[in-house]
Amino acid sequence: MTRRFWVYIEQEDGKAHPVAWELLGVARRLADEVNDNAVVEGILVGHNMEELAKEAIQYGAQTVYVVDDPAFKSYLNKPYTTALTALVKKYDPEVFLVGATTLGRDLAGAVATSIGTGLTADTTHLAMGEVKGTAQKLLLATRPAFGGNVIATIVCRDYRPQMATVRPRVFTSAPRQADAKGEIVREVIPITPDMINAEILEFITNDASSVKLEYADIIVSGGRGLGGAKGFELIKQLADELGGVVGSSRACVDAGWIKYDHQVGQTGKTVRPKLYIAAGISGAIQHKVGMQESDFILAINRDPHAPIFDVATMGIVGDLYEVIPALIKEIRARKEAQHG
Amino acid sequence: MFHALVSIKQVPDTTNIRIDPETNNLIRQGVPTILNPYDAHAVAAAVEWKRKLGGKVTIITMGPPAAVTSLRECIEMGADRAILISARQFAGADTWATSYVLAEVVKAVHEKDPIDLVFFGKQAIDGDTAQVGPGVAVRMDLPVVSYAVKIREVNLEERYVIIERKTESRNEVIKTSLPTALTCEKDIAEIPYASLPDLVYSLRYEPEVWTAESPITFEPALLGLKGSPTTVFKTGTPEKHAAGEVIKTAELGVDGVVKAALDKILGVEGMASMLGVQK
Repeated sequence: MTRRFWVYIEQEDGKAHPVAWELLGVARRLADEVNDNAVVEGILVGHNMEELAKEAIQYGAQTVYVVDDPAFKSYLNKPYTTALTALVKKYDPEVFLVGATTLGRDLAGAVATSIGTGLTADTTHLAMGEVKGTAQKLLLATRPAFGGNVIATIVCRDYRPQMATVRPRVFTSAPRQADAKGEIVREVIPITPDMINAEILEFITNDASSVKLEYADIIVSGGRGLGGAKGFELIKQLADELGGVVGSSRACVDAGWIKYDHQVGQTGKTVRPKLYIAAGISGAIQHKVGMQESDFILAINRDPHAPIFDVATMGIVGDLYEVIPALIKEIRARKEAQHG
Repeated sequence: MFHALVSIKQVPDTTNIRIDPETNNLIRQGVPTILNPYDAHAVAAAVEWKRKLGGKVTIITMGPPAAVTSLRECIEMGADRAILISARQFAGADTWATSYVLAEVVKAVHEKDPIDLVFFGKQAIDGDTAQVGPGVAVRMDLPVVSYAVKIREVNLEERYVIIERKTESRNEVIKTSLPTALTCEKDIAEIPYASLPDLVYSLRYEPEVWTAESPITFEPALLGLKGSPTTVFKTGTPEKHAAGEVIKTAELGVDGVVKAALDKILGVEGMASMLGVQK
């Protein structure tokens, strides 16, 4: 019997969320960990999905099941849940991965409930493994809990599919192969009046929601050590100088110094930039789980015992209000020297 | 009359949790429990709309008897009725089994006293799953608007609500018919200061206690650990990363640390060109 490893291809206005390609990479690895009857398949719901379906194949989907109808143009919980529930019942996948984005978590929670299966939220590590008392390998879904203080591995023994939402940026994207071959299967979901229980009146784009922390290469983050909202002006200056974006610890968001969109950590975004500068951030575990995979971490803190130094590539013990202005000055000097 | 129900959870304050370095166990002793912060804002929003429209707010929670503290906090904020759902059969429930119990309770409350809006916090800070709200909504076949940041309009005559919610890239304004479920971000409402009468009332308030047998009954196989599709296979503590070099302004001076740090950063392949700075 074919063992299906499914990935939900999240899209907005015909553009895939990059987490979908990360999940196709993970699903491939998981499928390879079981046997040669395992296949990686993508699930796509929306309108005018032809191009995106082809793209999913290039990222490793062997088959893409497409629900394509104007009724599915924009995400709404009920119609999308109805569609995915119908597809799961029809094909009986073994594993179903969904990005732990706002829409993905909303959708996965509803789909798992309506199917009656287990869902592990916000996972950061996935493997197929032997579990006592079960004949086949199970999905071992690992996630932080209690603010990142504990790592728990969750299994779903008796129900299928084994579902998990996966944090964006935890896994690297599957490689894109222009000549990859795959099949596109069109699925028709009857639209019934009871499916339409909500209507989108308007979309509002704002500056705050355009912060793309998860996929930034350079992030400069501020913490409680800034002492107030005004401290973020200095953080922004350094970020601008480096061509980066501004991040924050939870403490500053809770204190109202900066918007939630900037929050890095367990209850914020997981990031893995090439350069992460943490200024005045003590390094509570809930922050560290969101940024410790960064390539280079520079931490600036007055307290030599701050836990942030445990994950820093380089730590500076000192006053950020002295160090950062000096850092900006030095960067400018080097840029000028460069341009002569 | 407007009737809002808010489902809340009492949680350990995760910002205060520590790990015993010797045993790697969670030190629960002395960790305070609090009303889940997102839930507090959901209660605030429900109370705000009750005051605008006239009506009442019912609070429910599934948890141990000690959760009474959080229920009283909701009464203090202006809620009118609180129900503690508590029995050992409920223990060990995952999100699926939790949403079953909550949905049954919401249905029972709704039958006697129809509900217009069912509020949840967007997630609880101990589990961070964000699954219970959508789960309850699906079980009750209610529309669900998650990550709500603002309730724009509640129209009790024409039976609709307009809610603004947040997605990754934008905000969406969504209209649904009542009753609707929503999960709330902190932006949904400010926590109000308690009025003196509410405060005094809350101190003596005793919530109703609902058990597995009374006043409603549940399917025993669907409860608690037994009713949970997922189980914890193992737990551990996060991997420790190797710490890097630490330098001090007290030793090298401000310019000294800045130069050393920049040299090290720019020494990483590709960094100089990415930052546009010379080594």
